[in-house]
Amino acid sequence: MTFDTPRPGHEDVAENAIELKDVQGLSQGQIVWRRFRRHRGAIGGLLALLAVVGLAFTSIGFGPIPGWWQHTPSSRLDLINPMGRPTMALPTWLGGSGFAIGDAPFGQDEIGRDIFARTMRGVQTSVQVMVIIGLVSAVLGVLIGACAGFYRGWIDQGLMRLTDLIITFPLVVVGAVLGKIAGGGNVALLALFLGLLIWPGMARLVRGDFLSLREREFVDAARVAGASDWRIIRKHMIPNAMGVIIVNLTLVMSAAILLEAALSYLGFGVQTPNVSLGLMISQYQSAFSTRPWLFWWPGFFIIVLVLSINFIGDGLRDAFDPRQKKVPTARQMARAARKIEKGAPQ
Amino acid sequence: MSADTPQSPTSKAGELVLEVQDLDVSFFVDGEWHTAATEISYDVRRGEVLAIVGESGSGKTQSSMSLLGLLPSNGRAAGSAKLLGKELIGLRGPDLRRVRGKDIAVIFQEPMTALNPVYTIGFQISEALRSHLPMDPSQARARALELLRMVEIPEPERRYDAFPHQLSGGQRQRAMIAQSLACDPTLLIADEPTTALDVTVQAEILKLIRDLKDRIDSGIVLITHDMGVVADMADRIIVMKQGRIVESGDAHQIFHDPQHPYTRTLLDAVPHFGSYSDPKSATAVPVGPPVQEPSVEPDNAVLDLRHLVLEYPKQGSQPAFRAIDDVSFHVDRGEVVGLVGESGSGKTTIGRAAVGLLKVKSGSLRVAGVDMATARRRDLKPLRRKVGIVFQDPGSSLNPRLPIGESIGEPLYLHEKMRGAELSRRVEALLDSVELARDMRNRYPHELSGGQRQRVGIARSLALEPDFLVADEPTSALDVSVQAKVLKLFLDLQREHGFGCLFISHDLAVVEMLAQRIAVLNHGKLVEIGPREQVVHNPQDPYTRRLVAAVPVPDPDEQAARRIRRDELIAASGVS
Repeated sequence: MTFDTPRPGHEDVAENAIELKDVQGLSQGQIVWRRFRRHRGAIGGLLALLAVVGLAFTSIGFGPIPGWWQHTPSSRLDLINPMGRPTMALPTWLGGSGFAIGDAPFGQDEIGRDIFARTMRGVQTSVQVMVIIGLVSAVLGVLIGACAGFYRGWIDQGLMRLTDLIITFPLVVVGAVLGKIAGGGNVALLALFLGLLIWPGMARLVRGDFLSLREREFVDAARVAGASDWRIIRKHMIPNAMGVIIVNLTLVMSAAILLEAALSYLGFGVQTPNVSLGLMISQYQSAFSTRPWLFWWPGFFIIVLVLSINFIGDGLRDAFDPRQKKVPTARQMARAARKIEKGAPQ
Repeated sequence: MSADTPQSPTSKAGELVLEVQDLDVSFFVDGEWHTAATEISYDVRRGEVLAIVGESGSGKTQSSMSLLGLLPSNGRAAGSAKLLGKELIGLRGPDLRRVRGKDIAVIFQEPMTALNPVYTIGFQISEALRSHLPMDPSQARARALELLRMVEIPEPERRYDAFPHQLSGGQRQRAMIAQSLACDPTLLIADEPTTALDVTVQAEILKLIRDLKDRIDSGIVLITHDMGVVADMADRIIVMKQGRIVESGDAHQIFHDPQHPYTRTLLDAVPHFGSYSDPKSATAVPVGPPVQEPSVEPDNAVLDLRHLVLEYPKQGSQPAFRAIDDVSFHVDRGEVVGLVGESGSGKTTIGRAAVGLLKVKSGSLRVAGVDMATARRRDLKPLRRKVGIVFQDPGSSLNPRLPIGESIGEPLYLHEKMRGAELSRRVEALLDSVELARDMRNRYPHELSGGQRQRVGIARSLALEPDFLVADEPTSALDVSVQAKVLKLFLDLQREHGFGCLFISHDLAVVEMLAQRIAVLNHGKLVEIGPREQVVHNPQDPYTRRLVAAVPVPDPDEQAARRIRRDELIAASGVS
């Protein structure tokens, strides 16, 4: 057998050269981001979510920080339009009387409160609930799922039976009781309790991922290198389960918004004087036929929030799945082929 | 349709069945067309085996799959490929389906994934028949049984109703071949048909394809990277490199008088079984049950197994599985011992136990002076510095989320408590030692080729300067030319560092090249151990004899002679 002396770094012509063209010089995170960016729905969802959240937090301010909108959710004004009709008008080319925002663009309720300011406060509540539930359920679910999947045996049995137990609780009923106990007024506390109930889905998925990850050779390699269990979980396994975690997290978050809205609608979640989108729908449902705007705007923002988060989750799922390749359209392929033909004669 | 595809056995042998002219295959990646294969021209005659050889990425599979319209959705084929005068490129829909399976059939590499696990093999063969030929179920069954008999599956009536998982690997591949022959294809494409099989099973399948070749009257395109298989089967050969045909000719000419430098390097890189050890020094050692000499100087052994038993514990209703049963041998300091066996023989199990990834059931296993049977976690920590392991699959043994510099440095980080500049100096030194560029340290595993990844694996295992290294099939996932380089590197490093090594492999040629002694495992038992000269040239155990006879060598004449001996052995012992 003869060998030619390899030059360092140049000795191998990569046998997977064509596939590598797609990923050259990029980390896993960058590859995911690049695939995510190609997903139009997800980018649309991300922009919509950022716009809604930005609008909600800058317009009426948050906590001690004042916003740029002139009214607050609880201040009562005189009715600007009869019945408190919205002052926002469509532009003329859409059949309106010329575009205008006015003092109460989303209208006013029967006692003169500005619906725009109230809706924005409701969106803030929803976003708070979403973030807290997401964090709590992610931390709990990942820890429990990771321990169960990594150690297996009786730890797995114990943790998974606990998970099964939690899943059997009807979420709305337990949430209602906890919401009452938590005093109704405190949104963060309510979200924390709901987070304590909503983690089992995450735990099961993470466990499933860990069961397959622990058979991978790089985990053995880390063990042979002398890494501790905690280091293997933290450094080698969780980063590889990140796809599952992030995708599931988005689903949990959109479910959290709906859960909070449902609880508040039933009167068990957020209580007055706090504002939430679900609570607004509940308060104004009797006005459906006379003052429909009281009803539309909170509903519209629930839909926008949940839909945009679901789109983001969809895009993330595609981006994290390495098997999923974007199939180029026939037009793109034909264009590139023409380019080659044009370039060929020269 | 069938008018232009005459399949009567009267059609003369040597008739041109496939003409490929200037075939181009390209893929659309990242907004551009990249050529996978270009200017491919060849033809295939009836009763002839044309072998397409080349390494991964040479376009050999893609150019052949384009004949069937089986390219991925971002691929396209241009040029011309005529099957009995009928153009194949650009066929779509029903026309294409009529060709697939009927005129052109494919034998895939991995029969377990190519057969549908929820249907019986009989159903799958009948399905191929009934989708192309007007047959009622009972006729299809009769024909399927006939086919199963033709591929020599034992008890075809019973196997007809068997599911793929109930068959052995060799039987699955036989069923796959039966399915592909169902409609008397004009052209048979065999895509690495024996790569996933053990060497003795491979020998049986090769014998079967050879026997069938004369009976089925088709042209056969054999796609493979294994020059031994090519030497065994091929009449003509085309050699592909990076999407182009670099050389074509008949088998003798390619093997004995290669013209293109690439063909020469490729042939040189193939380990040639039986050529590294001197047959004359293979003295017939007195035969007996392979009870090994207990290590004369136990202090000198870095690995010492005595009556070792390893079990996989029972899981649920599955009983415990005894993977290793009463095995004794040892590896001395600075010695390379080859451990060969087929899949399921327990060779990897020994390797995993030796680095402490599996508990000892009974017997003794001493690694670098530590008794693994009684060792607790605390005792294992210092041991980790003295042993290393190179894993089989370089794609899976590196954490895809860590830059490779961090993977290499992890043992140093954990044991030597190295940090910062000191750590990065050592990582660079390790990268130098495995001949990788230093700037690779910030790359991720997916950006590296298979050979580069395996170099990284070797660098990591050597980070702590171990006394003992387990190499678990480190080159089986690599191309031959890459394998040759990695093995060369491995030998150099072994000489330089002087670690004792247990080299696990299914490839006897590779083991013969590296090891001073060879141990042969069969079903968890050690059947033979001895100096490589003896095991290679004068094997004592019948299983070893069969194993040695089954290894194909990259030389058509020598292989023809070996084939006769091999077929005798297969005939004597029956198919598995």
